[in-house]
Amino acid sequence: MSAESLILFFIVGAFLVGIAILFSSYIPPKSTNPQKSETYECGIPTEGITWLQFNVGYYLFAIVFLVFDVETVFIFPWARVMKTAGTKGFVEIIIFFFVLGAGLLYAWKKGALKWE
Amino acid sequence: MTIFIIYKVFLCSVILILSLLVAMYSTLIERKVAAFLQDRIGPDRAGPFGLLQPLADGIKLFFKEEFMPNTADKFLYILGPSLTMLIALLTSAVIPWSIPVIIGGKIYPLQVADINIGILYIFAIVSMGVYGIMIGGWASNNKYALLGAVRASSQMISYELAMGLSIISLAMMTGSLSLKDIVEQQQGFHWNIFYQPLAFLIFLVCAFAETNRSPFDLPECETELVGGYHTEYSSMKLGFYLFAEYVNMFVSGAIMATLFFGGYHFPFVDKLGLSNNTLAVVGFFILFTKITFFGFLFMWIRWTLPRFRFDQLMRLGWKALIPLAILNILITGIVILVR
Repeated sequence: MSAESLILFFIVGAFLVGIAILFSSYIPPKSTNPQKSETYECGIPTEGITWLQFNVGYYLFAIVFLVFDVETVFIFPWARVMKTAGTKGFVEIIIFFFVLGAGLLYAWKKGALKWE
Repeated sequence: MTIFIIYKVFLCSVILILSLLVAMYSTLIERKVAAFLQDRIGPDRAGPFGLLQPLADGIKLFFKEEFMPNTADKFLYILGPSLTMLIALLTSAVIPWSIPVIIGGKIYPLQVADINIGILYIFAIVSMGVYGIMIGGWASNNKYALLGAVRASSQMISYELAMGLSIISLAMMTGSLSLKDIVEQQQGFHWNIFYQPLAFLIFLVCAFAETNRSPFDLPECETELVGGYHTEYSSMKLGFYLFAEYVNMFVSGAIMATLFFGGYHFPFVDKLGLSNNTLAVVGFFILFTKITFFGFLFMWIRWTLPRFRFDQLMRLGWKALIPLAILNILITGIVILVR
């Protein structure tokens, strides 16, 4: 029953948002001219294209994030059964954390976590 | 069965509209709190104490002209703010607002969906929030917007990690990922904050970063990026981005109250001998008081602390919060096993 409730919640929410979007795209006045619909850039004509390369640091963080996020998801099931898994489970997760920590340490030493 | 479906639709609408209303009035409260902290009066023209100000703002946003740059990607430009708003609203589906109400022998739970992976659901939805900002910032075809969006996504994914790790220690202690179970375990005065203060602190800092609130409001840093990811937006689409921030604030306040501060429980209230339905109403107001406190905390910090620099932000997230969260998990594990 709970999955259906979530879908219902999604539908009601999308309905509310959709109504507001529709309303705001039909009700307000409209007027346009070539200068007005230019992209904003300090009031002077736009220079060059927008979608070009940006700092490589963002990619590095994104890659490190991807690795860690997947590993975090692996820890959740263990956390749920932690009390029944006992010492054996804990030792195993410590090995897992050791690998995780080694990864973080490696990224740290390589300077991937340093913003410049 | 039909009654139940009607009840569910009713509950969904009430919760969604309540979140929107609270978000609306948070804008007024924010301005009042700012005025209070800076020794001003704040908005007081529209209605008594400025109570109609949010309505006036909302009407203004609705009737302002819709603007779209001609170089923008039309579909994504509209999708961005809608997605942000929708995702901000969806998180509240798993929050238990109070104990179930009993009317005519039937039980009506005041929670949209009691799923056994509530915490994972919250993380799944919260991490989708970055799409709304990234899509909107990219589709505007504006350099400031793109920079703001890239910053926002970088910041949000960094803090999401520490957030997830900090909650793991809580899941270890409670042995459940359902928010309902976690609240029920905190009955009396066994609030999780007393057992997991470090996890709460990490979660609080990450909540600030995830909602893009000051001191982590770099994505919309006016002094560098004009308006950040919503530079090109106007009318209700801009309103969606601004409202979504307040909805996020409200929902993260509710999550923190639920996970760490006993949700709708308060010591001795359940021993007063009130009837079930009265208790449900009282519980709802208790939860709301806690959320209000967190809302005030969000605003208080916004008007007190200056903004971080981007390298400081990254250093705090990766080199302080994540190691601390891992350490917290290990300590919690050892304490649970030794006991």
